[in-house]
Amino acid sequence: MQGPLLDFLRAARSAGLRISPAESIDAARAVEQVGYADRTTLRDTLSLVLAKSAEEKRLFADCFDLFFSRPAFTPEQPEEATPGTAESPLARMLLAGDQSALAAAAEGAAAELEVANITIFTQVNLYTRRILERMGLAALDREIAAAPPPTADRLREGRDRLREQVKELVQQNLALYARGQAEEYRNRSLARTRLAAIDRRDHDRMRKLVRAMARRLATQYGRRRKRQRRGLLDARRTIRRNMGWDGLPFLPVWKEEVIDKPRLVVLCDVSGSVAAMAQFLLLFLYSLNEALSGLHAFAFSGTLVPVSDLLERQPIERAIPAVLDRAGFGSSNYGQALADFAEGHMALLDSRTTVIILGDGRGNRTDPRAEILAAMANRAKQIVWLNPEPRPIWGTGDSDMPRYAPHCRVAAVCNTLDALDRIIAGLLRDGA
Amino acid sequence: MTPPWHDRLHSIEATEAGLATAGYIASRPIATAAWLAHHLRKPILVEGPAGVGKTELAKALARWLGIGLIRMQCYEGLDESKALYEWKYGKQLLYTQILKDRLGAALGEEPGLDAALARLHGFGDLFFSEQFLEPRPLLRALREPGGAVLLIDEVDKADQEFEAFLLELLSDYQVSIPEIGTIRADVPPLVLLTSNSQRDLGDALKRRCLHLHIGLPDARLEARILAARLPGLEDELRRQLVAFVQQLRTLDLRKLPSVSETIDWARTLLLLHVRELDVALVRDTLNVLLKFEADIEAAEPRLAELLAAARRDAVPIR
Repeated sequence: MQGPLLDFLRAARSAGLRISPAESIDAARAVEQVGYADRTTLRDTLSLVLAKSAEEKRLFADCFDLFFSRPAFTPEQPEEATPGTAESPLARMLLAGDQSALAAAAEGAAAELEVANITIFTQVNLYTRRILERMGLAALDREIAAAPPPTADRLREGRDRLREQVKELVQQNLALYARGQAEEYRNRSLARTRLAAIDRRDHDRMRKLVRAMARRLATQYGRRRKRQRRGLLDARRTIRRNMGWDGLPFLPVWKEEVIDKPRLVVLCDVSGSVAAMAQFLLLFLYSLNEALSGLHAFAFSGTLVPVSDLLERQPIERAIPAVLDRAGFGSSNYGQALADFAEGHMALLDSRTTVIILGDGRGNRTDPRAEILAAMANRAKQIVWLNPEPRPIWGTGDSDMPRYAPHCRVAAVCNTLDALDRIIAGLLRDGA
Repeated sequence: MTPPWHDRLHSIEATEAGLATAGYIASRPIATAAWLAHHLRKPILVEGPAGVGKTELAKALARWLGIGLIRMQCYEGLDESKALYEWKYGKQLLYTQILKDRLGAALGEEPGLDAALARLHGFGDLFFSEQFLEPRPLLRALREPGGAVLLIDEVDKADQEFEAFLLELLSDYQVSIPEIGTIRADVPPLVLLTSNSQRDLGDALKRRCLHLHIGLPDARLEARILAARLPGLEDELRRQLVAFVQQLRTLDLRKLPSVSETIDWARTLLLLHVRELDVALVRDTLNVLLKFEADIEAAEPRLAELLAAARRDAVPIR
């Protein structure tokens, strides 16, 4: 496989495309067919082989353009060669105004120094200096000091321009090869940060992460799944299957049980203490829609507010602040919220519904009304309580967790995106 | 074996021109995909919104190359016996009945049970041979002597198991039938899979395919498509019509009108003997372009504005 293609594959991987070795081989075979001569054809071809979704096509196009647009070593105005003799090859190139030779020398030095390994922007100046040194900066400087004034000025000017160009080259390498690592690192650390502690400016990135996680779960669990129940014969399909043996049942077919998509009722505490967590939970659940067969969302701090239509009507980024406006930032009263639910929405619960409650269970010393939760647990399939507080402090102060927990099938600590992902994946797997 | 139509796909330009003769105006990436699919022997996975000509591409390829199009529509619950092959059970039963008497005669002289059984073995797998095989689309495509275009339509609607089952076919152009063995294509068919992105397809499947994304066309391409499909349409009307549809696509709609809708609309206007677009006319025929009540409601109040914009920047066509 040729060098440029290998470099490009590396850049493309760093840009976020997932390229398997098999696809690299395909790419090489494809390039063998089309050659490098026609750039449009090359781009179409590689895009066919390497980018496998609309999102990847976009990444691919950006990466391709960046990779094949080398920084401008072409001079702004055509330069005439300046008369004068020079000792070092670099000075000769500068005097001759031979831009393509300079570009080739810079690229060569960059390749020897493995600039493609650059990982962080603070290395730009370091690499720039090293490339210049390898190109013969020291000799050039000596020559500038020794040369007569007109030639020296000319050389100095050429050297400064060259420095800019090389820096640009290094920056391009940074953009091509380092982006992926930095992004990945950031996403990994964000997924493990406590949600309440995440900075507002990272929210956009978080939303993307949440959507990506939800998409993964949705593709995994988005279809109707079946589980075989050995022992119960499916007579109709057995006869069909065994037609070849005159209907004698050599190969029995067992009845299958369809695993239902979960039907969820979500109650989110959006009081000050839990609001940050609530918005990511809602975003997560709403991005999952194809893996769920129904979703009803409620938000409360004091009284319970149904928020499903609010969330369905507008894009989630705008809907969530609206929810917080309507119900948020009061002091929480779990007893009141449960009583509201019992009064108006108990009919939502049946033996196939899972109730998810998100909250810290701190009701500010109001009546917890745990008996309502018990009644809900009886009607619904199960209750899952997600609590952003660490387990040791459940039950301290005004926390009513110990009184709620016995009615929940799962009561889990959930304060990072990773934890959220794990819990929801569990729910989907068991058909909740 | 090289198929007889190999020469026709000698270059990307030839492919583009060839598809045009079959009435399909291909953008450059589409032509590249078709050409590369043949030369790398890889299937093409075509994705894109409904109505941009994914299925039409397969039909046009078949028309141009003069080979059969074998189409398989995917749906939930599709399985091997419907996609690949099935045994002709009825025929098997009938033959056993008919041959019953002959069986006695054939085995009659053998002295013991063992010998008779050994003799019976000698007949081989009489009833599980090619004569009793009912080929379904996938197998038919492999056995087509001059090659074929195999269209696996809306593969995202099929189950995940079916996707896995396609893998052998897509990478090696062969299928294994337990009773007979492996059947391999002499001339590999050109395989196109289409998907509306209802769900993400598996990585294994995507890896084996060239991935072609057909988006909504730009004005120039759309005008060329219209010219090819409806030669009776006047240039001036065509220009306005394309510009208007392009404008309509800038709105925030649930389902943007795609090429097939544009063609339907143009056909409607042709039937109505329209020479020029006006607001009343567009309003009356809007339901050809937009398929959701909410979309029509959203677009209606802005028709005049869109038409004006369309008149302003209608592109000259060649």
